[in-house]
Amino acid sequence: MPMQAHEIEAMIVAAIPDARVEITDLAGDGDHYAARVVAPSFAGMSRVRQHQAVYRALDGRMGGVLHALQLTTAAA
Amino acid sequence: MTDAPASDPAARIDAVVKNNHVVLFMKGTPLFPQCGFSSRAVAILDHLGAEYESVDVLQDQGVRQGIKAYSDWPTIPQLYVDGEFVGGSDIMMEMYESGELKQLFEAGAAR
Repeated sequence: MPMQAHEIEAMIVAAIPDARVEITDLAGDGDHYAARVVAPSFAGMSRVRQHQAVYRALDGRMGGVLHALQLTTAAA
Repeated sequence: MTDAPASDPAARIDAVVKNNHVVLFMKGTPLFPQCGFSSRAVAILDHLGAEYESVDVLQDQGVRQGIKAYSDWPTIPQLYVDGEFVGGSDIMMEMYESGELKQLFEAGAAR
């Protein structure tokens, strides 16, 4: 059961309240997304830590029901 | 009493990560990647002319699951340089585009 874009966004924002999230449905199939997550609270974190924060927000879905999420993150 | 490390995926992962300058954990092989993300990672490394060891996680279920916990990272591929986790294919692409990945390999080669 694929995830909807708004569910992905809601989970990220619930865990990272200052995040601005842009989701693109790459293939139009509800299964291949790109997300750009910009959060001031990422300042000082490495890219790996920023991505880990997003993956943690998705609570195990990444790599599971959410197969393909191209992720870019930034602090501002 | 010493065969525990060989059968323990975390110990096998630890050994390959620490004994190689550059390691890519991927699905399939550099010649026959079995996933678009792994294929992208291979293309980046090949384009930079990097010499790397690859580990096909599809050949080893222990490593396939173990590497996710080892790196605290849910997806494959995963790149390690000098024992440090660098990231997955998205971070590799960002670092490739910014020139950081090239610098990282050159820094390692210069040592």
